[in-house]
Amino acid sequence: MSSKEVAVLGAGMHPWGKWGRNFVEYGVHAARAALADAGLAWTDVQFVAGGDTMRNGYPGYVAAATFAQALGWSGAQVASTYGACATGAQAIDLARARILAGLCDVALVVGADTTPKGFFAPTGGERKTDPDWQRFHLLGATNPIYFGLYARRRMEIYGATPRDFAQVKVKNSRHGFSNPNARYKKLYTIEEVMGSPIVSDPLRLLDICATSDGGAAVVLTSMDFARKRATKPVRIAAVSTVTPRYPNTVIEMPNFATDSAVGVAAPDVPFRDSIARGAYEQAGIGPEDVSLAEVYDLSTALELDWYENIGLCKPGDAEKLLRDGVTTLGGRQPVNTSGGLGCFGEAIPAQAISQLCELTWQLRGQAGERQVKNAKVGVAVNQGLFGHGSAVLAKV
Amino acid sequence: MPPPKARIPAVDGWFTLDAKAPQLLGTRCKACGSYFFPKETSFCRNPSCAGSEFEEVPLSTRGKLWSFTDNRYAPPKPYMAGDPFVPYAVAAVELEREKMVVLGQVAGGVGCDQLHAGQEMELVLDTLYEDDANEYLVWKWRPA
Ligand SMILES: [Zn+2]
Repeated sequence: MSSKEVAVLGAGMHPWGKWGRNFVEYGVHAARAALADAGLAWTDVQFVAGGDTMRNGYPGYVAAATFAQALGWSGAQVASTYGACATGAQAIDLARARILAGLCDVALVVGADTTPKGFFAPTGGERKTDPDWQRFHLLGATNPIYFGLYARRRMEIYGATPRDFAQVKVKNSRHGFSNPNARYKKLYTIEEVMGSPIVSDPLRLLDICATSDGGAAVVLTSMDFARKRATKPVRIAAVSTVTPRYPNTVIEMPNFATDSAVGVAAPDVPFRDSIARGAYEQAGIGPEDVSLAEVYDLSTALELDWYENIGLCKPGDAEKLLRDGVTTLGGRQPVNTSGGLGCFGEAIPAQAISQLCELTWQLRGQAGERQVKNAKVGVAVNQGLFGHGSAVLAKV
Repeated sequence: MPPPKARIPAVDGWFTLDAKAPQLLGTRCKACGSYFFPKETSFCRNPSCAGSEFEEVPLSTRGKLWSFTDNRYAPPKPYMAGDPFVPYAVAAVELEREKMVVLGQVAGGVGCDQLHAGQEMELVLDTLYEDDANEYLVWKWRPA
């Protein structure tokens, strides 16, 4: 299926942090880094896909043009897209589709964000018909409330413990410790995590990811274009941006209720399982082929859910996988080698792109101290509010 | 003594105001029988159903606890947090007849240490917040 593949010729990031500057700066920094990594000039880019940010005014809604203007109008074609946390995957898929359709050879994908302090809150004004507004108003259902429900569910049905959740943080803090783009570079102990204040029981402050500023970019090209410039380019073998299937019987942000399974039986494959499965099917490989995974650890407990959702183990076995060190660097299938959101924090439109940056560096053998030996296949997954799946499968 | 405050719903049409036995109000597709909460009144969301007629239905007032958590810190606006903020639990409750899970705050100061998955829960009305004139009501869950 090589005709369905595109190359990642360049990857670049602006370090995550709380820098308080305009998101455009982070995006341009990342774009220039990705172009330099690809050995290409900005003026070589034929198509720019921008991941939108909702928290930075109009320039954020037209991100591709905003970045293109900042890089210098060049006449490139642009498209901006938004899919909550899955925004980056949508932008990657826009560029990939253009290349596969033969409409261009060189595309730049950029996402960047500047975030406010504290809990994510809905944008201002009274919007009684917007479930994202009402969930805060009627329930005070912050994002950690949903993470807390999932975490407690694991404890109740699988016997997970707060210690397991803390172990995820400890693992990821080791992974991200040497990552120059990570925001938090501190080696946490189980005791420190379990000693941090509870935010939404059973989750503590150090179980929950922060919100960050940051930017990420990749240069995608056709395979023919890439082969003239690299001997063994990293390839994107699949992108999955699936929605749920009705009825979605797992409670999801920002909803008050699940779908009802009265009119139609629940699907065999639940939404979160269907995300990576869509990518595996496109690429014609399975979870056993995965050398490393980047998953969306909005909370430590959620990382354990993902092990099962992406097929690394059966439901209920994630804690064992973690305890056995399978998902730790040096283990069979390391997860969140970048340090994950635990070390980065969320910078929404940049997140899925930064996951692909990590896969790219790992698959090229350029990940330094956090390098996975002999990495051949990487999968990156996340999920955006309002039913956006996001999975990118890369290989060498 | 100031006159008693009016007790009005914090959101219109999502639940009945029957103080003793309140019910959530959803809709049901007349074609395929799917339930919706909050109400769906335009087009059925079942992808295989062309239905566009709905009947308003009260939802089950009892269900089994699917999971639970709490807010230890005041949520941001538009939540109207009291001062001082009192932490409260949030429950996800599975309704058997409707085959759906519905969220709600947990009433009566019942904390996570008094909850477990599978526990029977029932619906009550309680104050969400108040101002000088009104007390604004919302549905909550509590152990049955
Ligand atoms: Zn229907």
